[in-house]
This record gives sequence, structure tokens and C-alpha cells, in this order.
Amino acid sequence: MKKITILIFVVCMAPFSLFAAESGMPLDSAPVNTTDNASLQRGAESFVNYCLTCHGASFMRYNRHRDIGFTNEQILDKLVFTGQKVGDLMQSAMWKKEGEEWFGVVPPDLSVIARSRGADWLYTYLRAFYRDDSTVTGWNNLVFDRAAMPHVLYQLQGEQKLVVKTSDKGEQKTLVLDKQGEMTKAEFDKFVGDLVNYLVYLGEPHANARKELGLTVMAFLLGMLILSYALKREYWKDIH
Amino acid sequence: MADSFSINDEMSGRRKFLVAATSVAGGIAGAAIATPFLLSMMPSERAKAAGAPVEVDISKLEPGMLLMVEWRGKVVWVLNRTPEMLETLVKVEGELADPNSDKKQQPEYAKNRTRSIKPEILVTEGVCTHLGCSPVFRKEIAPADLGPDWLGGFFCPCHGSKFDLAGRVYKSVPAPTNMVVPPHTYLSDSRLLIGSESEGSA
Amino acid sequence: MSKLFSSMIEWVDKRFPLTSNWKAHLSEYYAPKNFNFWYFFGSLALLVLVNQLITGIFLTMNYKPDASLAFSSVEYIMRDVDYGWLIRYMHSTGASMFFVVVYLHMFRGMMYGSYRKPRELLWLIGMVIFFVLMSLAFTGYILPWGQMSYWGAQVIVSMFGAIPTIGETLQQWLLGDFTLSDAALNRFFAYHVVTLPLILLILVFAHILALHEVGSNNPDGIEIKQNKNPTTGIPVDGIPFHPYYSVKDIVGVVVFLMVFCGIIFFAPEMGGYFLEYNNFIPANTLQTPDHIAPVWYFTPYYSMLRAVTVNFLWIDAKLWGVILMAGSVVIFCFLPWLDRSPVKSIRYKGAYFKTALTLFVISFFVLGWLGTKSPTPLYTLLAQIFTVIYFAFFILMPWYSKIDKTKPEPKRVKE
Repeated sequence: MKKITILIFVVCMAPFSLFAAESGMPLDSAPVNTTDNASLQRGAESFVNYCLTCHGASFMRYNRHRDIGFTNEQILDKLVFTGQKVGDLMQSAMWKKEGEEWFGVVPPDLSVIARSRGADWLYTYLRAFYRDDSTVTGWNNLVFDRAAMPHVLYQLQGEQKLVVKTSDKGEQKTLVLDKQGEMTKAEFDKFVGDLVNYLVYLGEPHANARKELGLTVMAFLLGMLILSYALKREYWKDIH
Repeated sequence: MADSFSINDEMSGRRKFLVAATSVAGGIAGAAIATPFLLSMMPSERAKAAGAPVEVDISKLEPGMLLMVEWRGKVVWVLNRTPEMLETLVKVEGELADPNSDKKQQPEYAKNRTRSIKPEILVTEGVCTHLGCSPVFRKEIAPADLGPDWLGGFFCPCHGSKFDLAGRVYKSVPAPTNMVVPPHTYLSDSRLLIGSESEGSA
Repeated sequence: MSKLFSSMIEWVDKRFPLTSNWKAHLSEYYAPKNFNFWYFFGSLALLVLVNQLITGIFLTMNYKPDASLAFSSVEYIMRDVDYGWLIRYMHSTGASMFFVVVYLHMFRGMMYGSYRKPRELLWLIGMVIFFVLMSLAFTGYILPWGQMSYWGAQVIVSMFGAIPTIGETLQQWLLGDFTLSDAALNRFFAYHVVTLPLILLILVFAHILALHEVGSNNPDGIEIKQNKNPTTGIPVDGIPFHPYYSVKDIVGVVVFLMVFCGIIFFAPEMGGYFLEYNNFIPANTLQTPDHIAPVWYFTPYYSMLRAVTVNFLWIDAKLWGVILMAGSVVIFCFLPWLDRSPVKSIRYKGAYFKTALTLFVISFFVLGWLGTKSPTPLYTLLAQIFTVIYFAFFILMPWYSKIDKTKPEPKRVKE
């Protein structure tokens, strides 16, 4: 009996470890910390400057950014450009039809992009653009082949080019900086790190509140466990 | 063969205590679980955003004119009263239920005879305090249906409640209180903000 | 105070069988005293059902069953409604936990022979509950109208198209359109919030009535009713459900809630198993995601659906897949008549049954894991092997359970 239970447990856990091992292109680990308000604020400003022109975050309200330490005045000053109200949703400035004409696809809404793609993918993706004259935009991406999006951040990062080395292990693709941008590599990584951190926050703005509430609930349940177990022991004295 | 259990009719002190303590803890848990569910039924962020303060330009509001503004899905009246209209406010006071606006139907800054910040500009919710109909602005004096004593005011067609030109309710009508003056402020001489007393929340 | 209370009860009792029902189902319902860990899952299933009903009602207050609004109304609940995120996670986690609890409940029945005479009907009602639960899960998963909702439903509905002759018409009738669209979303919403919960509640009620008619089984698989105290008429190994099992179940409930809340508050996506990553992309009717997999609780059956790759007899592979998949669930219904062992509980069964059950559990998990993967030739072969093992457990049972070397059952339950 015991043996079966243990065996079942082992079998239960196996898929989890195997599932985790599966991946395609190796991804860089994103520096995510949604309690770092300074990073989130920098990310929010970069987001409205570089992303919101084409992409919307249309499930998010501007005034929600009070979560990350902005005041209403700061939100209006730093995040709202188009005369919207502070309680409005973060709609894209671009019409959907225009997007389809310019890029071939409507740029996706980014409200929950970090939940579908994952932070590491976004962090790698945004840093993996390279020059490729064979594409429409003149750019290609190492983790998203023929992405419709051009390299919006190239002035900051500079231009990368693809170097392919063939060895007995197969093809190895690496990116080399060809033209220096306004930022050093470390600065640019930090810039993208902040932006991705913000996207993670954007995907689930209540996440910090959720974990805080969770701790209270777990503490209460622990107390309840002790109490209910004592009650059970007390009653089961009757059983012989 | 005997039973496997023996219930003690008289509960021991320890057992009583544990039952009470678990019940109390369970009650707390129940209340704690109910709270988020009940709160989820409050106006959402979308409703709050839609109910945000409204800015109105009153520079073109001629004396004697009534402007209707929507705030939180309700009609808010902005009435520019003429000097003659303001004079009627004194005359009708004897027939009013609450001439001094003692009941809290207005912010502190509108607790005066004209029920307003600027004497001539009345800002009030156009909602009858009886059962929520929207009264009609009747500025003509002594019309046939309202009688010779009518000096202009608001008349509710649903159940016949009457209000004066400051939204104060007459005696002996179904409506119990004066009409509600919403929070408002002047951002400049001609820019009126309805729904808030400070600019920052706009 | 207590006098007032007792006279109130008396007043009610003259008009409604309150006290008699309380006694029949709780304070004088005698359950075997040797329930172990595995006996928590029945009451836990009831708890999760209540959770689903309440959170579900609150979700319908803000959800919009409209193909153009559904996805955003879910995000609206998550962001704009106060504590909407909590209610939604309680519901989404509850859906998965419902299956965890029900699978363990069913496994308990398989271990201790709870499906055997006189509990065949109890088992059958339970199986119908399981089918309804699967339908609820399926119709509910469509509602967020994300990519997995859409393409998952597309795959399931296409299976009806495999039925010969009437398949295509049936499929269109189910969808109310020529493809999966707003019409289907709207009617699946109706099934999910009204039809199926109502049926489920009635069945759960019947399940409990049937249980209390025949009495609970126990880890020893012996009938406690055959051994009664001659003076009181109470089974000597029975104890009143209330207060003994009610206080015990409270402990189980608290432990369960710790797991449940741990997931809700710290891992609501559960690594993509409870909320799939691709379902955070709105449904796109023109583009299937690279990798589609059903939610974890359907993956074993999904594997079997895919496992058939050859036409056999006059039936093509697609229909065989559908038949196997339906069969893999329906076959549980036959357990009461497949098991020919002289004893009920695994404690007294022999090596054959124990081996068979272990292999079955392994094949269930392996098939479940394979169902989350994109098919490769190796995976398809594995799925085929384990599908055979899965069915062999049932089909060979009359044989191996009969020749199995069993131990004698005890007269009284063990502590």
C-alpha cells in the first residue's frame, strides 16, 4: 500500500521536471522585480514613449499607476500624452487599420503579453534584433524569425549583425554589435530590463497585493489547522 | 459486542472551549471570505472613470438659462439666475420645508440662501428627492396649472413635488428634502468642475 | 434561550422533517470508524462545488458571453472589479482542483472496491457526475475566448464530425453556425451557468442519497452493517458521522484550503497547467497557436485520441480515436461487473491486482504527460503502448481478478 502511494507520487512529479526542461532557443533571464518601483516607473515611461504609439495596453488604466508610486499629477505629466483623462484606458495612438497597412498585422495589445510570452522571452526578444536586408523592415530577430515589428530601439542599442559559426555541434548563431548606439550594452540591458519588468507588472498589476494577502490568509489557515486538529483529537478520544 | 464510541452527554471544559474557539475562527473566516465578494459589487474602476468629475464652460450661459450636464449618469443642472429670480428666493421662504438647508443635502459651501458658491449660479442634481424622477424647469410666473402663487421653480411631473429656484422643497409635497447640490468648484471664472472640489482629481 | 430554540425546532419539525433528516444523514448516520486519508475527497469535492457555484455567480455579474467582448470582460474582472482577480482565480483554480479531488476520490473507490455490490448504482451516479463535470470544464474553458479556448473547443467539436453520416449536421447543430463562433460561445455559456450546474446539483444529491442508503465502504472493504450491536442496532464498527467525521473533515478542509490558497495567491497559473499561457492571447480564428494542448485534466484522453494513426477494419483512424477516447472514460462504468475478486479492498487482493492498478496509474500519468507534448514518432508510439495498458487494466480484469491470490478478509475493521 505504502509503496503504491510513493510510486504514484514519483510518477506525479515526473512530468513537472520534464516539462521544465523543454525549450527551443536559450533565453536570457530577465531581471524581474515588481516591488522595485523605481525600475517600474522607468519602464512605464519607456513603455509610453516607445511602445504605446503602435501597441495598446487597453485593459490598463493610467490611474492604476498609483500602484507603482506615481501621483495623479505625475501620471498626467509623464504618461498621458494625448489629452486623455487619468482614469482612461491606455489605448494605442494608432488605428488598427493603419497598423495592418504598415506592418501586415495589427500590433498586438500588450496588456497581458508578459503572461503569454513570459518575461525571459520578451527580454531576449527585445535585445535580439539584427540587420537583415532580406526582410520588409530591414530587421530580423533571433528568437522571432521575420517579426513584423522593426527594431524600435535601434537608436539606443545600435545595430547588430548575425554571425553564424558552423562546427561539428551544428550551427551556432551569435549577434555582434556593428554600430554603437546611444547606450552601452550594460545601459541598454538595464533599459530593456526595466521595460520588461514593467510589462510583467502590466500583465498582473495586482500581483503584489495578491501575494501580501496570501501571506495573511496562510497565517490564518495555519492557526485554524492547529485549532481544528486539537478539536478532532479531543472528539476522537471517544472512539475506542 | 459494544459500540465503538461513547458520546459524553456532558461536554468537558476543554471540548466546550475548542468548539467555541473553532466556531469563532470559522465565523471570522466566513466574514473574511464574504468581504471581497461584497466589495466586488461596488462601482468598478471603469464605473469610477466614467463617473469622473466633469468640466463645464459656463461663459456662454445667459442669465435665466438652464444648462444640463451629465455626471455619473445623472442630470446636473447649471442655472444662471437673474436678479429677479434671486429675489423670489426670499419671497417663497415661508412656504418651504427647509429654507435654511439644515439637512445635509449640500456641501458646506452651498449652505446659504442661494445654495451656491456664486450667488447667481445654481448647481444641483436634477433629481427629485422623492423617487428619483427629473423635475421640469418652470420659470414662468403663475401658470394655469401651478396656480397664481408660483414664482418659478422646478416641478416634478411624477408626483407633483415642487422646488424653488434654489432647489429647496416646498411644504406639503411628497419630496422630503431639498435637491442635492453635488460637490463642485470653479477652476476659473467660466470653468466649472462638477463632481470634485479639487483640480487634481480631474 | 435553549428552551426557545428547542420549541422553534419543534415547530419546524411538525411542518418539515428537519430533525429526522439531521439524524438520518449526520448525527445517526454511522460511518465505519477506519476511514483514512483517502476518505477526505468526497467532502472536499462538495466544498469545491460550493466554491465554483459562488465564484461562478459573481463572475457572471461582469462576464460578457460575446465573441467580441468575452476576452476583455475577463481582463476587466481581473483589473477593474474590486477583488475580481481573487474571484476569478478561485474559480479557475477551483476547476483544476475539482478534478484533482475527483480523481483521487475515484482512485479511492478503485483501491477499496467501493464500486462493488451493493454500491454499483452509487458508482454509476458518480460516473455520470464525472461526465457532467467534464462537460462543465469544457464549456467553461471556452468562455475566456483566448487562443486555447478557441482552438481547444475547435478540436473537441470536430470530433463530433467524425461520426459517420450525421457527423457534419450534428456539428453544425451543436455550434449553431458553420464554424465555432459567437453563437457557440453564447450557448456554451448557457450550458455552463445554468443547464449543467443544475444537473450536477441534482446528481450530487442523488449520489449522497444512494451512499446513505447502502452505507459507506471502508479501507477494509467489509460491510459494517453485517455486524450490529444487538441492543442498540448500531454497527459495532460504525461511529456517528457527526460529530466525529465532521470534526475530522474540518481538518481535511483546512489542509486542502492551504493548498488551494497557496495556488491562488502564489501560483495561480500553476506553471501553465491551470491557466495556459496561450490563453492570454485573444482568440484568433485565422491562426492556430504553435503548440496546442488541452488543460491537464483532459490530457490522458487527448493522448488516446491522437494515438490511433491507422485505419482499422472499415473505420478510419479519426473515428477510432474518438471511439477510444470516449471508451476510455465510459469504461469506468463497467468496473462493478468486471471485478470478479472475492474481496473488495486492495489490502486483501493479490499481486495481480496490485500490479494491474499500479500499471494503470502509471499509464494514466504518462498519457497525461504525453498529452501536453507535440506529437513525435516516439511519443506517438509511447501513447499507443500506454493506451493498450490503460484498456488492458479493464478488459483483462475479469480474468486476473479471478485467478488472483487473495488474503481472507477480517471480521472487524482494523484500526
